[in-house]
Amino acid sequence: MIKKQLFLAVFTATILAGCGTKVPITERAAVIDRAPQPVAALAQPALVPAPVLPASPAPREVAPVEVAPVDISKLKTIYFDFDSFVVKPEFQAALEAQAKVLMANRQAKVSLVGHTDDLGGREYNLALGQKRADAVKRSLTIFGVSDAQMEAISFGKEKLASAGSDEVSRAKNRRVEFAAP
Amino acid sequence: MMTGLTRRQAVVRASSFMAMGLVDSSANAQLRIEVSGAGATQLPIAVSPFKGEESAPHSVSAIALADLMRSGVFRSVTGVGALDESSRPEWSRIRAVGADTVLGGSVSRLADGRFDVRWRLWDAVRGESVGSQNVVVAAADLRYTAHRLADWIYEKLTGEKGVAATRIAYIVKTGGATAPRFSLWIADSDGEGAHFALSSGEPIISPVWSPSGQHLAYVSFESRKPVVYVHELSTGRRYVAANFKGSNSSPAWSPDGRHLVVTLSRDGGSQMFLIAASGGGEPRKLSSSLSIDTEAVFAPDGKSIYFVSDRGGSPQIYRMSVDGGAAQRVSFSGTYNISPAINPSGDKLAFISRIGGAFKLVVQDVATGVMQPLTNTEADESPSFSPNGKQIIYATQILQAGRWQEALMTTTLDGRVKSKLTAASGDIREPDWGGFQGLTVK
Repeated sequence: MIKKQLFLAVFTATILAGCGTKVPITERAAVIDRAPQPVAALAQPALVPAPVLPASPAPREVAPVEVAPVDISKLKTIYFDFDSFVVKPEFQAALEAQAKVLMANRQAKVSLVGHTDDLGGREYNLALGQKRADAVKRSLTIFGVSDAQMEAISFGKEKLASAGSDEVSRAKNRRVEFAAP
Repeated sequence: MMTGLTRRQAVVRASSFMAMGLVDSSANAQLRIEVSGAGATQLPIAVSPFKGEESAPHSVSAIALADLMRSGVFRSVTGVGALDESSRPEWSRIRAVGADTVLGGSVSRLADGRFDVRWRLWDAVRGESVGSQNVVVAAADLRYTAHRLADWIYEKLTGEKGVAATRIAYIVKTGGATAPRFSLWIADSDGEGAHFALSSGEPIISPVWSPSGQHLAYVSFESRKPVVYVHELSTGRRYVAANFKGSNSSPAWSPDGRHLVVTLSRDGGSQMFLIAASGGGEPRKLSSSLSIDTEAVFAPDGKSIYFVSDRGGSPQIYRMSVDGGAAQRVSFSGTYNISPAINPSGDKLAFISRIGGAFKLVVQDVATGVMQPLTNTEADESPSFSPNGKQIIYATQILQAGRWQEALMTTTLDGRVKSKLTAASGDIREPDWGGFQGLTVK
């Protein structure tokens, strides 16, 4: 009986640990033996191949999920004025419609991805993009969407929609997109 | 007197490079160096090509001379003829060309394929030898030997440690807008000998060396959100240091290597948190504000951080104790100051300041607040001090063949001597200059 309780406790703890939003350490550093190798051994060094990561799917693809997917293509991109993080009135109707889609399917999750134009530093722009994603998330929350359904993140200036340095191009970059989580 | 590279050290150096989990660089991503400008007072040095080095894979004398010139402290003098370590210099000829210091040497290939490298440094003013060295190294260690030689000369003549044998990390972006590739590279301080540690179809930003030189922390978007990783260079293995709900970015190491300060949006907004460098555990929030707080870096004593905040309405640089408390503003010029970097002695702050619409690298004296722009480029980013505090590496954009290309540059602290590192292809960005540790095994 005690053994079963112990098993259950360990099992539960493992599940709970996995449920956190933190990703636990998968591998610890091995202790490296610094003894010198004979010169001959260097002829065939044990190269650990660098991880080459696959290209990720385009943001508008819906990744397979266990829950009923939200049709991301129905969720329009929200655009922002220069130096602004306020959702303009012209986007409120679209956001309200998007809120209804998410409230109709409480299991569905979505990423709100904030972006900036190309001007300025990378980390500061990451934070500015975050401010935009947070603003959209706040609007959706006000319309009734549950916090658990949304993750607000930022790509800063790392994924420009338009490469130009004129104001028309820059305006296309200041945006929040909806993506599968 | 520098200890020559023993066979053990040389072998460990080569094996630590090989076993780093790094893939050999392709020709595409090797960097070339150009040096420009003249320092205020420069030591004239004559470096003779080393006898026999034309049959070695690398020119030890040329690599060392380029290192010395890049430091801004030396200028090259030619016309002293060929000298090896046992030559008798003709002082009248040497003084006639204006050299104060002369370097000569030789490189001989041994039967087992290794190289016997010898050199001697002379003081031309006093007309005498000031030191000599002799090392036996594998071919793979010739570059490193040249860098160690440059640092030996630098230290002998300035009393300060040289940085030629240190390493830099940076990101290269290749491919167009539709199918970009991003890779994280590690190279010698001159950009040569580059190896890549990671390649991805999604952006990588903010690489930072650990104080021990054994790890790099960086932000990768491979999970389609920003996540902080720590990468162990000797094994190529890595782990997630921060992947909380929202964005995770802007890592910086504490001087003891045990913690990272990161920017997390898990509570909404962008705020700074302290986490264990090994990952796991509960983050400690360093400040609470309704503004953006990001780009934190530790002061060298580990007790305070410099960071960027727009709590005053636009981004400025502040300093705050790690234990909390009020933050003091330290940047006062203009309305946009970001990306702070502090030198190892803690008395100079480098950052990016928007001046007249251009983003410019500036350096500010911590005690007096006097600030000086260092460049005439207009899209500077990501400054990082060399570990002797004498140079700054940064990213910028340079017009090349009608196209703005991202390139890395170094500058001396007075802005007078600059060098350009330009990849043959791709945009280079996000440099971080490593420290003195992790280079050899004593």
